[in-house]
Amino acid sequence: MTALLSPLAHLGRAVLAALTSIGRVMIYAVTALSHIFRPPYYPREVFNAFVQIGWLSLPVVGLTALFTGGALALQIYSGGARFNAEAVVPQIVAIGMVRELGPVMAGLMIAARVTSSIAAEIATMKVTEQIDALVTLSTHPMKYLTAPRLLAGLITVPILVGVGDVIGVAGGYFVATQSLGFNPAAYLKNTVDFLETLDVVSSLVKGCVFGGIATVMGCYYGMQSGRGAQGVGQATKSSVEAAAVLILAANFLITGAFFSV
Amino acid sequence: MIRFEDVHKAFGSNRVLRGLTLEVPKGTSMVIIGGSGTGKSVAIKSVLGLVTPDKGRILVDGKDTTSGDRDAFLARFGMLFQGGALFDSLPVWQNVAFRLLRGALKRPQAEAREIAIEKLRRVGLKPETADQFPAELSGGMQKRVGLARAIAADPEIIFFDEPTTGLDPIMAGVINELIREIVVEMGATAMTITHDMTSVRAIADNVAMLHDGVIKWTGPVAKLDNSGDPYLDQFIHGRAEGPIEAVR
Ligand SMILES: Nc1ncnc2c1ncn2[C@@H]1O[C@H](COP(=O)(O)OP(=O)(O)OP(=O)(O)O)[C@@H](O)[C@H]1O
Ligand SMILES: [Mg+2]
Repeated sequence: MTALLSPLAHLGRAVLAALTSIGRVMIYAVTALSHIFRPPYYPREVFNAFVQIGWLSLPVVGLTALFTGGALALQIYSGGARFNAEAVVPQIVAIGMVRELGPVMAGLMIAARVTSSIAAEIATMKVTEQIDALVTLSTHPMKYLTAPRLLAGLITVPILVGVGDVIGVAGGYFVATQSLGFNPAAYLKNTVDFLETLDVVSSLVKGCVFGGIATVMGCYYGMQSGRGAQGVGQATKSSVEAAAVLILAANFLITGAFFSV
Repeated sequence: MIRFEDVHKAFGSNRVLRGLTLEVPKGTSMVIIGGSGTGKSVAIKSVLGLVTPDKGRILVDGKDTTSGDRDAFLARFGMLFQGGALFDSLPVWQNVAFRLLRGALKRPQAEAREIAIEKLRRVGLKPETADQFPAELSGGMQKRVGLARAIAADPEIIFFDEPTTGLDPIMAGVINELIREIVVEMGATAMTITHDMTSVRAIADNVAMLHDGVIKWTGPVAKLDNSGDPYLDQFIHGRAEGPIEAVR
C-alpha cells in the first residue's frame, strides 16, 4: 500500500513545494509594491534604477526589435506568397510586433539583461554581508534595494516596449520598402489604419507586467541566495529561468484576457 | 547592558550555540575569544536579529531584542563585520556616513562628509581615501573603513568582529586604543571578537571564552593568566596539546 502511494506522496510534496514558493514570491512582490508607496524614499536609488533598467536597456531592446520586425516582414511575404496574400505584410507585421513580439522580445531581453544583473548584484551583497550591514544601519533592504528597481521596471519597461514596437514596425517597413517593393506611403497608411488602440494598450500592459516580473524575480532570487560564489551563480540562473518562464506564461494569459472572444 | 539567556542556534545539523549565557554590563568592554567556527560571529549577529536564535532570549537593557521598535533599537548599535561588508557601489565617505545621509539621523551632506572624514582620520586613513571606492583599498584599509562606519553615528553599543585582523602591529595598536577610547570616553558598551591576545589585553574589561557552544570561562581580564581553566590556558598560550582538540 505504501509502495503504491509513494509516487503520489512525491507528487503531492512537489506540488506543495511549488505552491509554497509561488506563495512566497507573491507575498514578496506585494510587500515590495507596498514599499514603493511608503516612506522613507531613496531618490538616488530610484534614479540609478531608472538609468540601469530603462535607459541602458534601450540599445539591446531596440536592436532585437529591429531585426525581429525585419525578419517578420520577410517571413510573412514568403509565407503569404503561397496563397497570394503578400499584400498583408504591413498589417501582420504591425499586429505581430505590437501585440506579441514587441513585448515578448523586450521582456526576454530584460530578463536576460536586468534580472540577471539584479540577482547577481543582490546575491553578492548578501554573500558579502552587505545586506546584513544595511539592516544594522537601519535601512530596510526591501525599500532600499527592491522597491526602486521594481518601480523602475514597472515604468520603464512599458516605455521600452513602446519604443521597441515602433522600431520593430520600422524594421518591417525598411525591409518591405527596400527589398520587397512596397510603396512607403501605402505601407505606413496600412499600418496606422489597421492598428487599434487595444493593440497598443495590450502591448504596454504586457510591458508593465513583464517589467514587474523581471525586477521582482531578480531581487527575490538575489535575496534568497546561498553562500559563496556558487550561491550567486545559482541565484542568477534561477532568477533568469523563472523570469523568462513567468514572462511567457503571463504573456499567454494577458493575450487571452485581451483578445480571446 | 546585554544579556544572553540560554541561547541556542543550529544550522541544520550543525549545533553552533548550545546554551550561551553571558552578561555584558553597560559601559564596559567585553572581549569574546574562542576557536574558529565556534559561533562568535553568530552570537553577536543574534543580538542584532541578523540570526534568529532557535531557543533562549537576548535582553538589551532588560528588554527582549525581538520586541519593540526595530529602527529605534538598531539606531543604538554600530557593527563592524568580520569581512568589512562595505557597500561597493558607494565611495568610502558615503559608506562611513551611510546612516547620516538618510533616515532618522539625516544631516546635510557637507556635514555628513566632514564627520566621515573625521572618523576616517581616527582609524588612521587619510582624507584622500574618502572619495575612493572600497574595491580600490587594501584589506586592512577596508577593515578600518568598516570600523569608521561602525562608530560614525556615535552608537551606545558597538560590536567589533575581529577589528585588528589583517592590520600591521602599529595600526592594530591604534585601533585597540581607539576602541578603548570609545568605551572610556564615550561610555559605550563594546563587544569585540578577536584572536589577537595583545588586543584582548588592550581592549577588555572582561573576557569570555566560547567553546562547544557555551561560555567555558568568563571573568575580568586581570584573571586571564591565573584562571586555572585548562581550556582557557591552552587557548591563550596557543598550545596544540590540551583539552581542546586541534585536529578534528
Ligand atoms: N548563515 C549560516 N548558514 C549556515 N551556517 C552558518 C551560517 N553562519 C554561520 N554558520 C556556521 O556556524 C558556525 C559558526 O560560525 P561563526 O561565523 O560564528 O564562527 P566564528 O566563531 O565567528 O569563527 P571565526 O573566528 O573563524 O570567525 C560555522 O560552523 C559556520 O559554518
Ligand atoms: Mg567570525
